[in-house]
Amino acid sequence: MEDTLTQCRAAKSAGLPPLVFTLAFTSGFSIMAVELLGGRILAPYFGSSIYVWGSIITVFMVALSLGYLIGGRLSLHEPGLGRYGSFYLLSALALLPIVLAGDGMMEQVFIALADPRYGSLVAASALFLLPTVILGMIAPYSVRLLVRHQQHSGQVAGFLYFVSTLGSALGTLATSFYLVLWFEVNAIIWTLIALLACCGLLAISLRKWL
Amino acid sequence: MRLAVYLLLTLLSLAAQGRTVHREKSLYQDISVVEADGRRCLVFAAIRGDQNQTCQYLDSDKLVFPYVRMTFAGLLLNPEPQQILMVGLGGGTVPALLHRLYPKASLDVVEIDPAVVKVAKAYFGFKEAANMQVTVSDARVFVKRAGLKQAHYDLILLDAFNGDYIPEHLMTREFLEEVKALLSPAGVLVANTFSSSKLYHHESATYRAVFGPFLNFRQPKVTLSRVIIASQGSLPDPDLLQRRAEALAPRLAPYGIPLADYPALLGTDPDWDQDARVLTDQYAPANLLQRQ
Repeated sequence: MEDTLTQCRAAKSAGLPPLVFTLAFTSGFSIMAVELLGGRILAPYFGSSIYVWGSIITVFMVALSLGYLIGGRLSLHEPGLGRYGSFYLLSALALLPIVLAGDGMMEQVFIALADPRYGSLVAASALFLLPTVILGMIAPYSVRLLVRHQQHSGQVAGFLYFVSTLGSALGTLATSFYLVLWFEVNAIIWTLIALLACCGLLAISLRKWL
Repeated sequence: MRLAVYLLLTLLSLAAQGRTVHREKSLYQDISVVEADGRRCLVFAAIRGDQNQTCQYLDSDKLVFPYVRMTFAGLLLNPEPQQILMVGLGGGTVPALLHRLYPKASLDVVEIDPAVVKVAKAYFGFKEAANMQVTVSDARVFVKRAGLKQAHYDLILLDAFNGDYIPEHLMTREFLEEVKALLSPAGVLVANTFSSSKLYHHESATYRAVFGPFLNFRQPKVTLSRVIIASQGSLPDPDLLQRRAEALAPRLAPYGIPLADYPALLGTDPDWDQDARVLTDQYAPANLLQRQ
């Protein structure tokens, strides 16, 4: 872990790795917080049967796999903090429909599809696919920002997944144990939107210095 | 002689432990059917051992559990329901009895777990009929769809809570509003719920927010459960309740339901923290509150 940081620092400006790791942690946290709240959001229309969770997990896995693909692809051309920050801003924007239009959309799906399995799959796709694709783009792109030498690429990637997955674990735990007890679902989503937007603005404003 | 004593001891210990007639894992729970002390019980989450969901006496029509008997107090608000909705099948004891009492009424039963339907039919003598059908569905989905079809019920029984896990989307203000919209003008909602933990306050506040005053039925010395009886229209006065109870009591006596005793136990006075936060689709940590 120390090695990774040292290697990154030596390679580039000392502030970059801590920033990227903090941001990757936040994206990991947000992904799982939203996934967990997904069950809450769908339950009034599609219940909380096992297939509702099946739909949610499927959509998140598909979205992340697409995000990894796209993020890796985008990292080929002039990678930089500016674009990295724009991923965060976009993910914040993509979460907005959940609070602003979620109920109206789910009602339409509920009326159109009688089978709650496909209803929940369609609703989960409509609400969660896009923001999760964007959040998934962050991981490979972070690796690209940090790696300077091929021999360290595995180590950097390993440490990055360590940090972002730890963020996911904390996002899951905090949301399911405490946040839902204290706050409304929408309040939690708004907070995540604000958090991701701040991450984006931070990365963009620091792009000249790091 | 020794053999006889041995046999007797074995029989006694078997009777005390109970005999597991059937066991299966479903998508939602571990289901066991256990026989002990002359009754057969449906048990969820077998490890705890004390989570009897439904019990039936093997040689009697009487209802085993006080809270199941208390459910029938709902009839005091509508003694002749024609359309009935039951959420949560269990062993099927309540729908079967309602079908017996009101053979002409149509009865919709909603149960989330297909394995429970199978077990109720195989081990608890539950039978569907032309006017009593079970739908395997999440209750929230069923209720919302029934609302779209503008269905109405004179009696809705909500028995989907088993202590271990509470379906949180069936405790919110929005859900209760959907249920209320399904009640006919003389319709009654009866919910079997909890009386301990912090959840009691939140749940009471939520029912009150949707229905206004409701009849709260608790027998703390007898059972930890409480039964909420809420109505679409205004609540009948105590005299009317008592008169209806006297009239209906003989029909329910064969099942061990002391209906005439019930009106005196029904109250509308809030005995909960009235500042408790109302549960909504946005705020529904029922399982967390249940542990506090």
